[in-house]
Amino acid sequence: MRLTLWTYEGPPHIGAMRVATAMRGLHYVLHAPQGDTYADLLFTMIERRGERPPVTYTTFQARDLGGDTAELFKTSARDAYERFQPQAMIVGASCTAELIQDDPGGLARALDLPIPVIALELPAYQKQENWGAAETFYRLVRGLSGQKRERASRARPIANLLGPTALGFRHRDDVVEVTKLLESLGVDIGVTAPLGATPADLTLLGEADFNVVLYPEVALPAARHLEKTHGQPFTKTVPIGVGATRDFIAEVAGLTGRGAEETGEASRLPWWSRSVDSTYLTGKRVFIFGDATHALAAERIAREELAFDVVGLGTYSREFARELRERAKAHGLEALISDDYLEVEAAIAAARPDLVLGTQMERHIAKRLRIPCAVISAPTHVQDFPARYSPQMGPEGANVIFDAWIHPLMMGLEEHLIAMFREDSEFHDAAGPSHLGAPQAAAPAAEVPSPPSGTSKPDAAAPIWRQDAEKELKKIPFFVRGKARNNTESFARARGLATITVETLYDAKAHYGR
Amino acid sequence: MNAPFVPPVCAEPPVKRGQREVFCGLTSIVWLHRKIQDAFFLVVGSRTCAHLIQSAAGVMIFAEPRFATAILEERDLAGLADIDEELDRAASRLLERRQDIKLLFLVASCPSEVIKIDLVRAAARLDKRLGANVRVLSYSGSGVETTFTQGEDSCLAALVPELPAEPASAAPSLLVVGALADVVEDQFARLFAELGLADVRFLPMRRAGAMPAVGPNTFVLLAQPFLAETARVLETRGAKRLDAPFPLGGEGTTLWLKAAADAFGVSSRRFEDVTAPGRARAETAVARHAPKLAGKRIFFFPDSQLEIPLARFLSRELGAQPIEVAQPYIHRGLLAEELALLPEGLRLSEGPDVETQLDRCRAERPDLTVCGLGLANPLEAEGLTTKWSIELLFTPIQGYEQAGDLAELFARPLVRRSRLEV
Repeated sequence: MRLTLWTYEGPPHIGAMRVATAMRGLHYVLHAPQGDTYADLLFTMIERRGERPPVTYTTFQARDLGGDTAELFKTSARDAYERFQPQAMIVGASCTAELIQDDPGGLARALDLPIPVIALELPAYQKQENWGAAETFYRLVRGLSGQKRERASRARPIANLLGPTALGFRHRDDVVEVTKLLESLGVDIGVTAPLGATPADLTLLGEADFNVVLYPEVALPAARHLEKTHGQPFTKTVPIGVGATRDFIAEVAGLTGRGAEETGEASRLPWWSRSVDSTYLTGKRVFIFGDATHALAAERIAREELAFDVVGLGTYSREFARELRERAKAHGLEALISDDYLEVEAAIAAARPDLVLGTQMERHIAKRLRIPCAVISAPTHVQDFPARYSPQMGPEGANVIFDAWIHPLMMGLEEHLIAMFREDSEFHDAAGPSHLGAPQAAAPAAEVPSPPSGTSKPDAAAPIWRQDAEKELKKIPFFVRGKARNNTESFARARGLATITVETLYDAKAHYGR
Repeated sequence: MNAPFVPPVCAEPPVKRGQREVFCGLTSIVWLHRKIQDAFFLVVGSRTCAHLIQSAAGVMIFAEPRFATAILEERDLAGLADIDEELDRAASRLLERRQDIKLLFLVASCPSEVIKIDLVRAAARLDKRLGANVRVLSYSGSGVETTFTQGEDSCLAALVPELPAEPASAAPSLLVVGALADVVEDQFARLFAELGLADVRFLPMRRAGAMPAVGPNTFVLLAQPFLAETARVLETRGAKRLDAPFPLGGEGTTLWLKAAADAFGVSSRRFEDVTAPGRARAETAVARHAPKLAGKRIFFFPDSQLEIPLARFLSRELGAQPIEVAQPYIHRGLLAEELALLPEGLRLSEGPDVETQLDRCRAERPDLTVCGLGLANPLEAEGLTTKWSIELLFTPIQGYEQAGDLAELFARPLVRRSRLEV
């Protein structure tokens, strides 16, 4: 048993649903009890889909367990075929149905439906959502892509885009952006899958010259299969960030044997990052956590494109732990490979970053610790499906990332002005924001971020601030005062000082200062 | 435990069984854990269970929730792990972090029931091991056994044997059963006090240490219509259940209060005096929304078990016209007074097949469709106006002071659609 408060990934059949819901003309018959129908709302509410996911649940009940749940499955599958007339069907079991061992694959075969029926084995007690999505996509590709065929040499090579699913973090817009990018490189798009593809489209996968793997978590097994069976190479670079996009272009050029001049629009990120307002970003301490693809991309952007210091790097995608560990080592860090929310929370609290780049879960942690945060990865929330075009990949993706990561932080000019005005009578931490009108005093912000509940022990030996030191502390801008207080106290504790003087305050500043 | 099926108000051709589109009982943890402030709900289940509660709770709103899932893994299924040891470990880890927890519920799920993990025994063992500081109880929220709000029924029924016994000589008391928002509970407590009912208790209680006593002089008044099993076990402890409609809308609230007042011999004069201000306020507040809902055809998909009382409220106080009212199951005993108040000619359906019900809904093109979150946006995209029903459980809607809010919840989608020009 594993004690879990919040989960980063759902069970593997949710991954299968993400593939099925992304596609058209595919239906998923899931042997599952009624409660499992909650999954529909992930798609209709979080992603605001205007259609129900193409999933039929058998919704067996306790009274069926003694009877014939297998017959119930067959009826459901037959009815679903008649009602939805899909081009192909996938069948499988959720966690509870796995225990009753009805063999949905065998039962569906016995129905002899006039369409391809692909059986999924998704071990619910071992695997998780992304694995389920990858396995489902692989099974579909293996089942439908057919044999290797001769490919005529073309003036413009063709690439398939693999990996985008329903409920993916910005998948909708990444597809548009990468399509634009590839077309500007003289490459045509063959099949984009699963998002928007039909089972019939999957039979055309073998026509392309190569595959572009957008999300390795979902597409890697399918891409490997296509490489083996159809001799199609696939891209290894995920074009998130300016540098990665440049490398991606070079990789595509290598695959097509054409020049690597990009004709599309360049990202604004390089100049935005070099302009003087961004000077203050130098050395900002960031904590990065997400799926492997987005965490790795964020690490590179943070390091090379924004000159941040990475003080934490981790992922819940165990399948990609090795790559994360290597990257973390370069920063002298131990990568955090975990899907334990409490462990991530503790790591963030310990690292005291200036900015958290994480999932919706880290957004909540950061909120509690009063640290700015930007979301870079699934699991998703309704906010992660913005109305505007908002990719993560390609040149526009880099623009979006610059804005999304920088906005939670104070702007350079703001930081400068705050320092300048900090003694001003109208500018202090108790004054409400001027745009809210009347000079009403806002509640003074608590200076010390409250540690996560239950993890702190009352500290008997908390050092005492001398009055003059307390006064000096007040001269520090309020938005960093909490941090200064914490740092000074841990500095004093580490040295066994019972009292904090002005001296101690500046000693601590010198100690922690970079 | 359901009453035998009797033909519905308007007979319907027998429908063949199909997919149900409802939550399981685990979902009720989302509001129960807010209600009992020192209780913790530990689901013994799968990753799906954890994902369900997390998704039903909307987002991860609470800093550290008072619920968690002990996720079963391969080694638990294969019998390689000792379930007792595993549960001990999970419970200890939780309670170490949360010293404030006084009541721990082990909640059974579909997988734990299918592999027959005996949580009743496990809870008794843990209860003994943890000593007097923490009570440990168990109940089932599994989807093979329970539907959505039935999880609350299951939880409260598990509490009943723990309630202190009250002797037959005790003065009569009223026990209001069903989770209500604290603000609503306080309003009712004030009304009962004004009516002269000296001893009114609530189940669930806000704190584990404040379990209400029960005995032969306890009158039980259900505040929620889905508490059949809880009512039954309370009756086995000698309590007497009062028949009443449910306190939704002004009329429902009055009849509900009246049932208690009558049992306690409150004079009709006093009842009139005490309830008149609330009734008047409810009437005014509801009347504001009546023009928007009068004559509107309303279609209910099965979800919260509140559908029948809501249909009664909408038809009698707002002049709306419910055309189909579906519930996951219909307990005719508890709903007798509600069913009697329903208008003629509507179609009642119990646990219908979602696909054929969608066909009926599309054919009817109702003005307002009340449904779960999985169906709302798809129906909106088809041009239907919807009210998603889970909000009815997370929002205070009972009592006089909330009658207007309740009407507004149904009026808002209609108002919105009429205002939008995009």
